[in-house]
Amino acid sequence: MTGGGVAPVDLTVNGEPLTLLAGPGATLLDLLRSRAQLTGSKQGCNSGVCGVCTVLVDGKTARACLMLAADCAGRTVVTIEGLDDDPHAAVLGEEMAKAGAVQCGYCTPGIVVALTDLFRRTAVPPDAAAVRHWLGGNICRCTGYVSIVEAAVRAGQRSVGADIEARAP
Amino acid sequence: MTATPDAIGKRLPRRDAADKLAGAARYTDDLTRPGMLHAAILGSPWPSARILAIDTAAARALPGVKAVLTGADLPARRWGLFVYDETPLAAGVVRYVGEPVAAVAATDLATARAAAALIEVDYEELAPVLSIEEALKDGAIPVHPDFDGYEKRPDLGFERVNEIARQEFSEGDVESAWGNCDVVVEGVYEVPSQSHVYLEPVSAIAEFDRAGKLTVQSANQSVYKVQATLSRALDLPMSNIRVATPAIGGAFGGKSGVTIQPLVAHLARATGRPVRLTLTREEDFMAMRRRHPAIVRVRTGAKTDGTLVARDLDIVYDGGAYAEDSPAVLGFGLLMARGPYTIPHCRLRGRAVYTNRLRAAGFRGYGNPQVTFATEAQIDELAGRLGLDPVELRLKNAVEAGGRWIGGQTITSCGLSECLTEARDASGWTGKRHRAGAGAGADAETGGKRRGIGVSAFAHICGLLGTSATVRLLEDGTVTLATGAVDLGQGAEAVLAQICAGALDLDIGRINSAPVDSDAAPYNWSTGGSRVTYMAGRAVVQAAGAVREQIVRHAAELFECAPADIEIRPGGRAGIVGVPEKEIGFGDISLRAHYRSGGPIIGSGALVYDGEAFDTKEALIRNYPFERIGTYVFGAHVVEVEVDTVTGKVDILRAWMAHDVGRAINPTEVEGQIQGGFVQGAGYALLEELLWEDGQPINPSMMDYKVFGALDLPLGLHPIIVEDPEPSGPFGAKGIGEPPLVGAAPAIANAVAHATGLRLRTLPMTPERVLDALDAAAIRDPEMPAPDRDPEPTPGA
Repeated sequence: MTGGGVAPVDLTVNGEPLTLLAGPGATLLDLLRSRAQLTGSKQGCNSGVCGVCTVLVDGKTARACLMLAADCAGRTVVTIEGLDDDPHAAVLGEEMAKAGAVQCGYCTPGIVVALTDLFRRTAVPPDAAAVRHWLGGNICRCTGYVSIVEAAVRAGQRSVGADIEARAP
Repeated sequence: MTATPDAIGKRLPRRDAADKLAGAARYTDDLTRPGMLHAAILGSPWPSARILAIDTAAARALPGVKAVLTGADLPARRWGLFVYDETPLAAGVVRYVGEPVAAVAATDLATARAAAALIEVDYEELAPVLSIEEALKDGAIPVHPDFDGYEKRPDLGFERVNEIARQEFSEGDVESAWGNCDVVVEGVYEVPSQSHVYLEPVSAIAEFDRAGKLTVQSANQSVYKVQATLSRALDLPMSNIRVATPAIGGAFGGKSGVTIQPLVAHLARATGRPVRLTLTREEDFMAMRRRHPAIVRVRTGAKTDGTLVARDLDIVYDGGAYAEDSPAVLGFGLLMARGPYTIPHCRLRGRAVYTNRLRAAGFRGYGNPQVTFATEAQIDELAGRLGLDPVELRLKNAVEAGGRWIGGQTITSCGLSECLTEARDASGWTGKRHRAGAGAGADAETGGKRRGIGVSAFAHICGLLGTSATVRLLEDGTVTLATGAVDLGQGAEAVLAQICAGALDLDIGRINSAPVDSDAAPYNWSTGGSRVTYMAGRAVVQAAGAVREQIVRHAAELFECAPADIEIRPGGRAGIVGVPEKEIGFGDISLRAHYRSGGPIIGSGALVYDGEAFDTKEALIRNYPFERIGTYVFGAHVVEVEVDTVTGKVDILRAWMAHDVGRAINPTEVEGQIQGGFVQGAGYALLEELLWEDGQPINPSMMDYKVFGALDLPLGLHPIIVEDPEPSGPFGAKGIGEPPLVGAAPAIANAVAHATGLRLRTLPMTPERVLDALDAAAIRDPEMPAPDRDPEPTPGA
């Protein structure tokens, strides 16, 4: 950041209240990667197309590369690192690993965040059509999506509705 | 070793998945170094211009800027793969829009980018060469006026201005063969520039220590290629360069040579500090690499019974502004241009040319997708003319094991016919093929949608050059495997560990894979050319074999018997044959070796691809840079599509993709390559094209250059694994990385032709091109509503 214009932003990241310095034009993704050292959210296209920076903001899927850091003041952000103990993400991870749905891994954190959000929102396990629709904003250049969608459907059958307690954010 | 070790053929989950799923895998841009500077580049705004002056004063004056470099600051040392034509920053002239002209290192990224924007460059615009036609016309402007003075290894025979390479593979007598043909088809096919769009943009971190040793961490496909090129670019001995590899976010050929590493190393040298440069997506689109667009002219002739007789093919690849892989891409395309068929008379010629567009380079398929799109279309065109079933025509002419490839090599294993019949039978080909696709009457019932089914058959190679591996037995009997095979995300680590586990009859949990680092890992030419499973796998089997020999020797000494009486048992034990209770664990043997006798157990394997060489008595082979390339691999795709004659959109409904992989070491990983490769090829067929207007890239962003998303594709992409074991392969395995892409576009095009009766000879088959073809053929039902061909832009979009 070029000297002046750097401003502190107060927000909650993965349950922890943080004050992070943001330069003018800095995005939430810049803040997470450079200031909070949370590099699980990736930088892919910086135009909100590829989905590798997907995070949850106030409980909803968002593109960290499109959100200005200054607009995140007071918000609650959950990144892939914040899903470490999430039961949906754990089941999804098992199924994705088993299905060969993880290749280069660059899209993987964004997809896990997006699908965890889907699993939290739904009372019934999503079918393939619902998963594909939900992943419309997450590009994968390696797998051709079939293994990801099939793994997500299986994970949903195992985890959605299985334990209501676990679905609390 | 036992015939079928437990680890081989198992669907074992990958060990790197857990970190990747947790966001804990570290890619280059995730890493920092103490005191690290951030870099930014300034790209050329012109496709061709002379640099008259560069004013960096304002950039240098910005607080936080530590170095500003231009081409004039760097030594005049050019590098390349065959033609040494590249520099880290434009030297005197720019040759494509986006070519790096200056670079800045600063204490933070925002400052570096702000400084780069303050650099003023005074250009004298030159007339650019923007197409293959312009490159080759009489009186063409040379893209590289100093081309004759460049070093070339080897010199590949250039005849005209802007030719990077000119090559030929010919057999028989094609001119007189046309008289023996009952049917001849002829066509010109055009294929586009596809961008790799690996999701991780190119990134590198470089730093020098005080003794002058350079360490570079970067997204790459070969630490050794990067090390060798850095040596040349920076005039450093290779022993002073360490190249390491964090996780790689996809590559597909786009990270196979050096990319930005020399530039970042120069910035580190200039500042004395670690420097990181990560390209923006736009910079990556504009300044990295792409698939060669090409124009293919082909003529193929056959007898009425379908026997293929002759083919004449002439291809020109647009290599862009720098030669890079172009000579090898051209040669490989020609080697594939006969297709997987016996055609006695072939003349296969081609050129790669310079233009003032982004350099083209290796991209999954390496010259083969361009050629195979054209040649597989012609097989279907012949089938149509002869009234033969396209699958039957292919089966009739398919090569077999023991047959010859063009150039004279013996085909050592071949599951091509099985791939064709399996894909045909699984797809319900016969019934679907006979369903009328192009009947005009169908449109009213289907809302203008027509279904079609198409097939392709194709080949590729795995092999190429040198590789090596070491296997070390640790004190507890577990193993550290080291290879130079960078894992691009395709699972190289998993598959090689599985091969090692198989070769030692151990559980994979006892195999540790060392990171790929040029300071420690054994040499591997590259992760490319579908070669790692086959080539590095062979080196791993050799190295494990050397370890087995030492284990057997120790056991024989301990049990006081002949080595021939010792067997390796599953689970890490050696024992006396026929005496189950006489056995000792690898751990005890390893302790003995470490502390008492013989020394620590380490085995190594090393080889250069050693298959049969081309037979230059049988074939005319002109200017080809290799004596041998690899072992042949085969596949066949059947694809069902639906063409919407109202909108022109082509939807893939289902695909059956049969691939002969020799032996699937891990079927799940093989299927991942097949599905992922097919989808990338489907993008090539239907969607993806880098576009330029007057030399300016017009879609260098993921907003404008679309790739397929999850909603665009069906779930019915069915991989079919065919196993015809390759005698030279590790446990019979061959490569699979590239072929699934190669076979996608031709099968889709053949399905579109079946659906509509129209042969589209230009990729991608966008809705606009499909509608144009339908209009030209005037078969679109006039009753159907006219599609909105040129919609008004959405407000605010």
